[in-house]
Amino acid sequence: MPAYSRRQFLRGTLVAGAGVAAGVGFPRIITAQGKGPIKVGVLHSLSGTMAISEAPIKEVVLMAIDEINRAGGVLGRKVEPVVEDPASNWDLFAEKAKKLLLQDKVATVFGCWTSVSRKSVLPVFEKNNGLLFYPVQYEGEECSKNVIYTGATINQQATPAIDYLMSADGGSKKRFYLLGSDYVYPRTTNKILRLYLTKVKKVPESAIAEEYTPFHHQDYQTIVGKIKSFSAAGDAAVINTLNGDTNVPFFKELANQGVTADRTPTMSFSFAEVELQTLDVKPLVGHFASWNYFMSLKTPENLKWVSAWKAWAKKAGIGDKQAVTDDPMMHAYVHVKLWAEAVKRAESTEVDRVLKAIESLQVSSPVGKYKVDAQNHHTWKPVYIGKIRADGQFEVVWKTKDWVRPAPWSEVTYPGRGCDWSKGGKGSFDMVGGKRVWLSEKS
Amino acid sequence: MAVGEVVTRVAAGIALILAAVGGPGAASAAPGTDPLDLDALGARLANPKTQKATLEALAGRADPRVEPLVRALKDGALYPVKSGGFVLLADDGGVRTLRGEPSVDAKGQPVAIEPEQEAVGLDESSFGLVNRLLERFAVLSPRREERESAAVKLGNSRDVSAIPLLAAAAERERDPSVRAVLAEARAKLELLSPDAATRAQAVRYLAALRTEVALAQFRAMLAEEQDPAVKSAVREAIRDIESYVGLRNIVGYVFNGVSLGAVLLIMSLGLAVTFGLMGIINMAHGEMLMLGSYTAYVVQELFARRWAAQQDYYFFVALPLSFVVAALVGLVLETGAIRFLYGRPLETLILTWGIGMIFQQGARLVFGDQTSVNPPTWFRGGVEAMPGLILPWSRIFIVALAALALVVLQWILQRSYAGLRVRAVMQNRAMASCVGISTRWIDAMTFALGTGLAGVAGCALALIGTVDPEVGKTYIVDSFMVVVLGGVGKLLGTVVASFGIGISNKLLEPFIGGTAAAVYAKVAILLIVILFLQWRPTGLFRQRGRAAAESASA
Amino acid sequence: MSPDGRARPWGAEHAALALFGAVFVVGLPVANAAGLVSDYYLNLFGKYLALAILALGMDLLWGYAGILSLGQAIFFGIGAYSIGMCMMLEGSGKGVYGERVPDFMVWNQVYALPLFWRPFEHLPVAVAAAVLLPALGAVVIGFLTFRRRLRGTYFAILTQAIAFAVWLMINRNEMKLGGTNGLTDFKSILGFSLAAPGTQRALYTLTAALLVAAFLVSRALVRSKTGLVLQAIRDNERRLEFLGYSVASFKIFVFAVAAALAGLAGLLYAPQVGIITPSQIGVLPSLEIVIWVAFGGRGTLWGALLGAISINWLRSVLTATYPTLWPIILGGLFVSVVLLFPQGLVGVGARLGSVARSGRAATGVVAAPDAPERTA
Repeated sequence: MPAYSRRQFLRGTLVAGAGVAAGVGFPRIITAQGKGPIKVGVLHSLSGTMAISEAPIKEVVLMAIDEINRAGGVLGRKVEPVVEDPASNWDLFAEKAKKLLLQDKVATVFGCWTSVSRKSVLPVFEKNNGLLFYPVQYEGEECSKNVIYTGATINQQATPAIDYLMSADGGSKKRFYLLGSDYVYPRTTNKILRLYLTKVKKVPESAIAEEYTPFHHQDYQTIVGKIKSFSAAGDAAVINTLNGDTNVPFFKELANQGVTADRTPTMSFSFAEVELQTLDVKPLVGHFASWNYFMSLKTPENLKWVSAWKAWAKKAGIGDKQAVTDDPMMHAYVHVKLWAEAVKRAESTEVDRVLKAIESLQVSSPVGKYKVDAQNHHTWKPVYIGKIRADGQFEVVWKTKDWVRPAPWSEVTYPGRGCDWSKGGKGSFDMVGGKRVWLSEKS
Repeated sequence: MAVGEVVTRVAAGIALILAAVGGPGAASAAPGTDPLDLDALGARLANPKTQKATLEALAGRADPRVEPLVRALKDGALYPVKSGGFVLLADDGGVRTLRGEPSVDAKGQPVAIEPEQEAVGLDESSFGLVNRLLERFAVLSPRREERESAAVKLGNSRDVSAIPLLAAAAERERDPSVRAVLAEARAKLELLSPDAATRAQAVRYLAALRTEVALAQFRAMLAEEQDPAVKSAVREAIRDIESYVGLRNIVGYVFNGVSLGAVLLIMSLGLAVTFGLMGIINMAHGEMLMLGSYTAYVVQELFARRWAAQQDYYFFVALPLSFVVAALVGLVLETGAIRFLYGRPLETLILTWGIGMIFQQGARLVFGDQTSVNPPTWFRGGVEAMPGLILPWSRIFIVALAALALVVLQWILQRSYAGLRVRAVMQNRAMASCVGISTRWIDAMTFALGTGLAGVAGCALALIGTVDPEVGKTYIVDSFMVVVLGGVGKLLGTVVASFGIGISNKLLEPFIGGTAAAVYAKVAILLIVILFLQWRPTGLFRQRGRAAAESASA
Repeated sequence: MSPDGRARPWGAEHAALALFGAVFVVGLPVANAAGLVSDYYLNLFGKYLALAILALGMDLLWGYAGILSLGQAIFFGIGAYSIGMCMMLEGSGKGVYGERVPDFMVWNQVYALPLFWRPFEHLPVAVAAAVLLPALGAVVIGFLTFRRRLRGTYFAILTQAIAFAVWLMINRNEMKLGGTNGLTDFKSILGFSLAAPGTQRALYTLTAALLVAAFLVSRALVRSKTGLVLQAIRDNERRLEFLGYSVASFKIFVFAVAAALAGLAGLLYAPQVGIITPSQIGVLPSLEIVIWVAFGGRGTLWGALLGAISINWLRSVLTATYPTLWPIILGGLFVSVVLLFPQGLVGVGARLGSVARSGRAATGVVAAPDAPERTA
């Protein structure tokens, strides 16, 4: 045969052969049932714009799993983590979720941070009846059967923060600059906060400003200038829902342009000890954050957990300065324990039985007795307002008296709407004429 | 309310007023001389019935000695001991007396807190009171920043009773800038004074300061004010301040634009050399920049560990070092890979893309994603060019650095012998080789110069932005845009394009306004660039160098 | 195309194509139905094949006509978003909020369906839009640029700027396209549930069949007179102009074809992957398409397929087995292929078959790959 067509043939064979080889060479499909270890998925961004916040969560989940294994595992079997890196890419989150559920057949997944990532994987979990534990504060307006939300809802983080800022302790703030990253969480949160401020707190619309920047945005000169003008009149605060590493240039610019916390404090919902330790703390002293946990809490369980984490971090090669704990890490650690407890109670890893067993389940945690709500797949929490201290820690300046019940649907935007998965409940419902009308049954 | 409570509250209230007027004086007169029974105080605080009243009484005293006690109460770290006194649980887990010394019992052994012992509880309604207490202490704090921030808070508190406190603090104040803040705070409160003359004087004082601080209050006063003299003063004040603010904002936008232009320039200078002059499409240019940022990080950490006393000087070491590191890497890259691909810009594209991926991931593996570079202390904050307009030092530095890099590059290329050889090789490779110039050496050196400049840019940009493996990808698109817009091969074009884009962008942003001004301004700039390239495809200035031949076929 | 311009007999190439078709169009779906290949893998391959169509268009544009466009991902995005909007509307009322409008509009406080969404309720409109809108866009861009003799790197940077601007805009929630969340939670297409394996199998088979069809059409195009002109444009545009050809028209034509193929790829991609976000549009994805084609070997059509499928498959495998090292491995692969095999993977195949020609293959080729080793 002439040379060219031999080449053509080779090329074609190469392509076809590659395809066949690929099909054969793929790893075998492994089942998760049986006597072997129980596989669980860990789905947190280890690279990309969210890695600054999410990478430590993966470590703390591994630490929790390690502790469980050391205590004998679950149902007599070891727990084996399957770690995936979706690289802050929402499409990749969906693909990795599919892989974990369909390919690795994991019993549960601990994952996600941004609401975008959660919304990307939600269809995968619902279609395949998987189970996701989600540790980060979020905007609510969701209540999936297949997710246990251990992060705060708006009424467990955002509205108490507004209450604090408007009170005398918080500086009697009356004007609010809502700055966030441009995606579902800040948009929804600010929608709810705006309604809360105008309807419940009677703040005029002119006293509220809103602004959104893309992920990884670097240049905040104009925005900080606007904040300065907005707050020149006094009584102003910035409500900061920026996510990931875009907080770094924002706070740097804020500090450089002389915006100090005593004049215009920033109240952050997605900024904690982990992000703070990358910055120069001095100019940021006095800014606030609202969370359900701070590393500076002096409970015995917390002191124990923090030192266990520092030991683990050292082994994992994380520098001592970077080995801090924060709220999502705490929730991630606790929800691994929650899952293990639920599996023990249910005597099975099967999703529906675990979901049944986890209702009202309580475990001990660095903030005290941590409880899953009886109905709505969320957890009860204490709310703390922390103020940045010169040593890089948050000093608690305010806290709620009792633990707050989670309300995924805000009373302000959806009055009367609730969520109930217990006893055959079908999730979100509206109260119409005193009776429950399930959202999933509305046509 | 029980009679006892009423009496206590009234007494506390009177004490408060008296203390507010005479408190600072009293405190300064004899800060530690009057005997203070901390234990008794502790007992009164531990008793839930007297807790609130005691706290209110303390509010007037502003005696720093009670601070540890009150702080421990707030932290939940105040514990009673069997002997009847109290101890504090310190941050390091140690047990202290109320005076702050390590607590030992009769035998000299350190006292421990019983496991079941409960801390003294703080009633939630008093939480705020405790915080306010701790804040009031701050106006007389030995620390300057605390005094300043406390003054600002009091100024915004609308609490007229604080005027005497502010006046007294101002009298004791040595630091002129804090004194100014105290005066401003006092003026703000005096706007609420019942006396019209005082009000008018406060209005004029604040107007002279040209501060927006009271603008909203002025506007409200315009509606409510009865006294005509005060009203006209307010109207004039508003006019003055608004016109000043307008001017100040424009100056601010121009500076922002210049700053952004300098950032673009410093990123693009290196690319102007490698792409503009040499015609090499280096997709790893962003990673060279990243190398510079990480060099700054490594040097910073090294200094923090070894020479902490000279921490600030790390930057002087980091800057030249990032040039050297990036240049060396560029040298290796050029001699090891790129030189085999001259004349094939698109293979170079893939090659450098692959190298970029390797570097990016390598940086992630070595450094992780949680690094940041903090500017040396002299670069923090800014200079107050006009009242209310602060130009950050780090950005001024970047402008200066960009200008310096430009001058040096221009000098190298146009005035130095080496530059002459570079230009010769770029214009006519064969001839240059004939006259004895080592083209291989020149190629390598020029490429290294380009990447070295990228490294310097990375080091500088670490001051204002993030240091992470993705930083290269963030800047690469803008860099190519600037070089192409300016005219490939012409340095002046790059300069004009950078500052043109920077200033237009920053002037457009406030013009567009709204919640997405930053993004829309950028899109607008891109559209302008696209349209401009339609009209003049070769960019702002005519091109020179090897790229001229390449652009026809790609 | 061989130097003498005569079309070569298809012979072995026909065989290769048949083999490819047998494996991908028939073999894999049958194996999946029989349970030998999991749904997950079939789905992954559906994605790869859709991306191969995208690469095919790129090869036509760049490999044969020499036009480097760094914005192909926009056209891909148009296709994907078109079908995405259609699927979202089909699932209206079944979202988390239970509202008629898609979920993301609810949390953006948009309660009425925007006007530009309405036509996409109908599948034929969505399909037509997916393929025709990109072509139209390409014609407009081409008209504005090619007529002004904008070429080479300048054209590339221009397309990059457009891609960047479009990406920035689509990321904004105000555009009512889901912002950075994109469109997700597709429930069904044409009434068939997307969760059912049967639907996914059908989508896969459709993708594979369309890929083969697109390949055949491209082949025919490349071997035709138009194809010759395109390669002439790549080799020496000025000369062609002097010969009297309306170069701009040909360029616009091939740009439109490439854009249509990209739109088609997007159309097939979205239902199988289940999500489309702005991260698939923009500068970096556009650059990746170029990498696939160059890696596989540009100007050979097979190279586009090979490059797209192999790189994406490699990425899926490597991110799973080496989550921390995969960019280094992949990057290293790019570097070695460029240095050792300038004609890309196809060149590897060529080398394997022509050890005797190693001298010729080793000499660097300047810009225009017109070595005799290339065919068509």
